[in-house]
Amino acid sequence: MNHPFDYLLREDRIPHIWCSGCGLGIALHSFLRAVQRSNIPVDKMAIVSGIGCTGRTAGYVKMDSFHTTHGRAIPFATGLKLANPNLKVVIFSGDGDLIAIGGNHFIHAARRNVDITVICVNNFNYGMTGGQSGPSTPLKARTATSPYGNQEPPFNLAYLAAGSGAVFVSRWTVAEPRRLEASISKALNKQGFSFVEILSPCPTLYGRMNKYTSALDMLVDYQKNTVINEKVNLKDAQLELGGKIILGDFIDIQPGIAGHPMPLSEKVELEHTNKKGTEDE
Amino acid sequence: MNEKDKSVLTGAHFINGDVACAEGAIAAGCRFFAGYPITPATEIAERMAERLPHLGGTYIQMEDEIASVTAILGASWSGVKSMTSTSGPGFSLMMEGIGLGIMTETPCVIVNVQRGGPSTGLPTMVAQGDMMQARWGSHGHYEIIALCPSSPQEMFDLTVKAFNLSELYRLPVLIMADEVVAHMTEKVVIPRPQSLKIINRRKTTVSKDKYMPYAAGARIVPPIAHAGDGYHIHITGLTHNEMGYPQIDMETHQRLVKRLIDKIRVNIDKITIIEEDGMNNAEVIVCAYGISARTSMLPVKLARKKGMRVGMLKLVTPWPFPEQKIRKISRIKGLRRIIVPEINYGQIALEVERCVAGRQKVITLPHGGGGTHNVEEILDAILDN
Repeated sequence: MNHPFDYLLREDRIPHIWCSGCGLGIALHSFLRAVQRSNIPVDKMAIVSGIGCTGRTAGYVKMDSFHTTHGRAIPFATGLKLANPNLKVVIFSGDGDLIAIGGNHFIHAARRNVDITVICVNNFNYGMTGGQSGPSTPLKARTATSPYGNQEPPFNLAYLAAGSGAVFVSRWTVAEPRRLEASISKALNKQGFSFVEILSPCPTLYGRMNKYTSALDMLVDYQKNTVINEKVNLKDAQLELGGKIILGDFIDIQPGIAGHPMPLSEKVELEHTNKKGTEDE
Repeated sequence: MNEKDKSVLTGAHFINGDVACAEGAIAAGCRFFAGYPITPATEIAERMAERLPHLGGTYIQMEDEIASVTAILGASWSGVKSMTSTSGPGFSLMMEGIGLGIMTETPCVIVNVQRGGPSTGLPTMVAQGDMMQARWGSHGHYEIIALCPSSPQEMFDLTVKAFNLSELYRLPVLIMADEVVAHMTEKVVIPRPQSLKIINRRKTTVSKDKYMPYAAGARIVPPIAHAGDGYHIHITGLTHNEMGYPQIDMETHQRLVKRLIDKIRVNIDKITIIEEDGMNNAEVIVCAYGISARTSMLPVKLARKKGMRVGMLKLVTPWPFPEQKIRKISRIKGLRRIIVPEINYGQIALEVERCVAGRQKVITLPHGGGGTHNVEEILDAILDN
């Protein structure tokens, strides 16, 4: 039997490695629907992942796909995009990969306004290595390396992205697949650095350590606590254990302070570097 | 045509080694440079920043050297020849990217203008202490190609050569320069474009449904398809099969690692370059590379004037180490010893020793860095009976 997204999936790579109840399947499905909706030719798309459970996504998608080293999806994608501006380059990776080890690359790519879409699946812990805490783990949450409760405050990813210069910032959960699809679709069509955070259950590790009885339990919890508020001051959209989950397409602005997302056209680049601006058009 | 719009600046120039390196890269077709400022390699980045926008290329200053090396890998997969340059501290950070480049078979060039280490060490002063790091610095077992220029002219010539080797064998090629060669300013002659030999990576001719990114066949080096070509390639740093898909088992791993090593080992005689002078009947040989090869020229000449038969052996490509060539040299009749001056405490000397295998005495002439050897110390070592 055929799946309607067979043309976007590497059938020979299925079954995937993700646990039952993991939100990554829904996240990937929403992404594929958004790709279909965006009408961007698949031959001109590339997907780049780092390391981790989410990092395996690149290996399942039938487009040019790169599974790079831990944390380095963004600089790899930056090189790919700047060397071929005709490509639509999407980074699909996890919170640990993009925000911990890759955090520096993340803020700088946003600052530069590189024309890429970053999709970050946030499951609040390191899944691949067995559920350790990281910079997105909520305060007091238990993980394999915070057995007495996490002592460190987490990053507020949406606030970080916005503060670093992202021109599109959104956050959705996998319990909102249609809204998520619409949001990814907007991000794909945005020129400049777009960022979509997807909250996703990791029932096997994070869920079990934090008294969720099942994956469904986690999804119900998302729905129960969800507040859609696109006008929120992002500073107040911090995620807390058991707290309200503020979702929305928060930021959607015109690209860049200088008005030019990277890669710059040759003309713009020379104008900037020479400070001449004499060419008329 | 405006000078700035030319990719090959044919003619004689009075430039330093760093600038010559940048010009070599541009002449070889490099159109993407990602870097991070660091002494004594900064002038390479500055030259690229000035030149590339006029040639339809891209210069980007990344947030660190990890990002720089990773960005040039990405650019290479878009089909653009790419380069980064750095010095010791940045080279340490690039080890991860070198490994990814080796594993994914990504052509690119990495320049290390060596300065004194460990750590921040001597930012503005010379050393050759990263030679073993170049060979073994990234984890896992692999083969690498490294070139050591000993003049600004060679900074140009060997950068062109480095791009050709990286395109031919599909791997990151290292230019292991040093501070003196990089900051030395002298005459550099850039040839006419038509007399430059430029090699471009072999692209696949297989149809999209049959293409396997890592099916190499007898040529050991697989043909490439780039992002955007419509082949839907999958590339990973994990152990992978011919489709490029992760396959985590011993057989696949052994087959892959062996091929990555064979690419270089099988072609070692085509890759390695040594320059020999006065080797016939030599009783003493001075074996050196980079600036130390240049420093050795005068003491060798002076010793010859005193009637000694001294051979000069320059290693243009220390990696892969020219094992067979050194073994052959070590069998020269009447040869008594090989002296290896290098600005470290004995790195390439160990390789020479390994290949000489006790047939001759190998004498390490160490230097801690911050300067080059004196003429006297090399001369004394040659004359010392």
